[in-house]
Amino acid sequence: MSNNKTINVLIVGVGGQGVLLASQILSDVALQAGNDVKKSEVHGMSQRGGVVSSHVRFGPKVYSPLIPNGQADVILAFERAEALRWAHELKPDGNMIVNDQKLIPPIASGTQYQYPDDALDQLTDKIKSLKVLNAGQISEELGNPRLANTILLGALSLTQKFEADLWRDVIKRRVPPKTIDLNLKAFDEGRSR
Amino acid sequence: MTLQEMRVEEIILLSGNEAIAQGARAAGVHFAAAYPGTPSTEILENIARLPGIKSQWSPNEKVAFEVAMGASFAGARSICCMKHVGVNVAADPLMTMAYTGVKGGFMLVSADDPEMHSSQNEQDNRMYSKFAKIPMLEPADSQECYDWVEEAMLISERFDTPVLMRMTTRISHSMGTVKIREWKDIPVTGFEVDIAKYVMMPNFAKPRHQIVLKRLEALRQFSEETPLNRIEWGDKKVGVVTSGVSYQHAKEALPGASFLKLGFSYPMPLKKIAEFAGQVEQLVVVEELEPFIEEGLKVAGIQCEGKKYFPIYGELNPTLTEQGCADAGLLTPVVEEMLEAASVMPRPPVLCPGCSHRSVFYALRRMGTHVTGDIGCYTLAALPPLEAMHTCVCMGASIGVSNGIAQVNGSKRPLFAVIGDSTFLHSGITGLLDAVYNKSNVNIIILDNRITAMTGGQVHPATGRTLSGVETDQVNFIALVKALGVRHIVEFDPYDHNGVRKVLKDAAEYEGVSVLVTTRPCMLFPKKLTGEPYAIVAEECNGCGVCLKIGCPAISNSGKYTAKELAIPAIDQSLCTGCDLCSIICPVNCIYAKAELDQKEEVTS
Repeated sequence: MSNNKTINVLIVGVGGQGVLLASQILSDVALQAGNDVKKSEVHGMSQRGGVVSSHVRFGPKVYSPLIPNGQADVILAFERAEALRWAHELKPDGNMIVNDQKLIPPIASGTQYQYPDDALDQLTDKIKSLKVLNAGQISEELGNPRLANTILLGALSLTQKFEADLWRDVIKRRVPPKTIDLNLKAFDEGRSR
Repeated sequence: MTLQEMRVEEIILLSGNEAIAQGARAAGVHFAAAYPGTPSTEILENIARLPGIKSQWSPNEKVAFEVAMGASFAGARSICCMKHVGVNVAADPLMTMAYTGVKGGFMLVSADDPEMHSSQNEQDNRMYSKFAKIPMLEPADSQECYDWVEEAMLISERFDTPVLMRMTTRISHSMGTVKIREWKDIPVTGFEVDIAKYVMMPNFAKPRHQIVLKRLEALRQFSEETPLNRIEWGDKKVGVVTSGVSYQHAKEALPGASFLKLGFSYPMPLKKIAEFAGQVEQLVVVEELEPFIEEGLKVAGIQCEGKKYFPIYGELNPTLTEQGCADAGLLTPVVEEMLEAASVMPRPPVLCPGCSHRSVFYALRRMGTHVTGDIGCYTLAALPPLEAMHTCVCMGASIGVSNGIAQVNGSKRPLFAVIGDSTFLHSGITGLLDAVYNKSNVNIIILDNRITAMTGGQVHPATGRTLSGVETDQVNFIALVKALGVRHIVEFDPYDHNGVRKVLKDAAEYEGVSVLVTTRPCMLFPKKLTGEPYAIVAEECNGCGVCLKIGCPAISNSGKYTAKELAIPAIDQSLCTGCDLCSIICPVNCIYAKAELDQKEEVTS
């Protein structure tokens, strides 16, 4: 595809997991760093426990709000099966970060469909640069179960050139004031894993 | 970003919908009305946060349009926002407001949904501009959304016409950079009597139609001159005519080509396009859905290709656009290595854990009913495992369709129409009136959770609050349906599952129209409801799988099996809200509330 200077980050998960907030923070960081930015996602019906994906693109000039097929530089997946669903959108040399969480949809309890229990094995075979972390567990360790999102952003930040302080500034503005310290700690924790 | 943080000349990220809202305030728009519908909903939600614009949810798009039209007749700059199918509802006033024209600038925002991410069809509302003979703007990014509200107001006032601002999902829900301008404040000029302009009876409408035709000629001329239609010269081998988000995809596929980008896309600047066509070797039209531009050019004798290479359905994206361009011989596709796609189970959207609708649909399914359905979260009950909705066409149709089936004795099963509170107020009341008047033997369930839930929790006339948070009167459904002539009316608690079954059975046995109204709020709005979670005692479970048939996202197979190798389900404690439907329907009573479990353990230990 034409514009090699555009960085493509695909953030995926299940409705209600916080995909949209994560992509919002990444977009803000990219804008603050002086980029043209576009971000696209679909609201509405899909948010009721369905598949959610958010495209974030940044660079000197971004045209389409959608990442071309197979052109994601980074995929951040909030859930294992969703990581597998979207993996083919990753460039062969791209980075994937997977939150080690399993959300089984009701449809997988019938006879027709099964949850892919071997998702992580399949991803390991496919993807050269794969990082798996259990953000839920790390969040519990930090004493607050709601930090998974920020921990994953910490991991995501390592794949980009932006200064860590730029991320911290944006996180400070986007999270509830009382939780700023905890979220910054979570962000650093995500960077250290 | 809050208002205080926004400064003139600053560059911020806004979605197309946010940009329309901000652009409306900057352009001195006084009034906005809408009915929620994806992907348009956030426009009005964002306007409601801005000082200086009055905004309101109306019961449906037709009313929203009429109210905004009234504001325009009173000399206020007004806008009206809706999803593509909403324009069908508002089409009646739209087609004739094209004749009356405006006083204060008037813009209709139609947010179309190519690909049907959250819609029942993917109609291309650019057709409405031609149908109504009104000008159309098609922004291609958030900055254009922001800037062009004022353009729309100026065009509307200069040419005395409503203006159609046509958005699509990828414009409405994509964020891009926007440079903020200063806010304008424009006075409301007030209503003035002008019978020949505002009273559209035949003797006045006939001369108005002539005015519309003259206006269209003036707009054609404007279209030739306006910088909203711009040429970007590049390589003259390929010329691309395009509009909206398709422009962005095409720029990415053919960065070196020449472009004629239509921002003012009806009436089209045919002279400008013909001149452009004359200077390029090959002309292609890149557009989503219908060949709106392509047909316009072909009728004008301008040679071009479009739908030969690009799909007429679904959403365009950079990859499809590149493929189409390759098929047209405009580029050589680069074959890039791609990872193989894995096959992963689908993850359709589902009713929330604890949703009060679930019990009703499970009871309908067990009764062996025919269910005509409607538009809302509850449409999800059509999916497995519930599969308890058998028709869904448009807002309000559940009742009309039931009436039709009943009128021809077309069902041997008990027949139920299921409709939400917001949808009933939108277009269900007239269907019910039809049922009573024509003596249909139908049963209507109003799933009243006091909110428009699917679109994200918007208030409506039965909520008791307005968009701006002011307390207001609440529709009383019981009194309303009684006044329409319904005699069998029952209010019921949807969480009392055995009670639900009795209410449904009684209604099915009643000869005539019955209306059943639920009494519980949405799980998510106005606040998220939680409760003591339930748990399955694996040792007591016989693996029958009945609890999996209610489609609750909190229940899934645990990986454990009974002695007969049947899967034992488990309840996710973090998702369960304690609605207890699974516990009520469990044939072996092995699902317990946490308190019950603790007590049990105490006894056994």
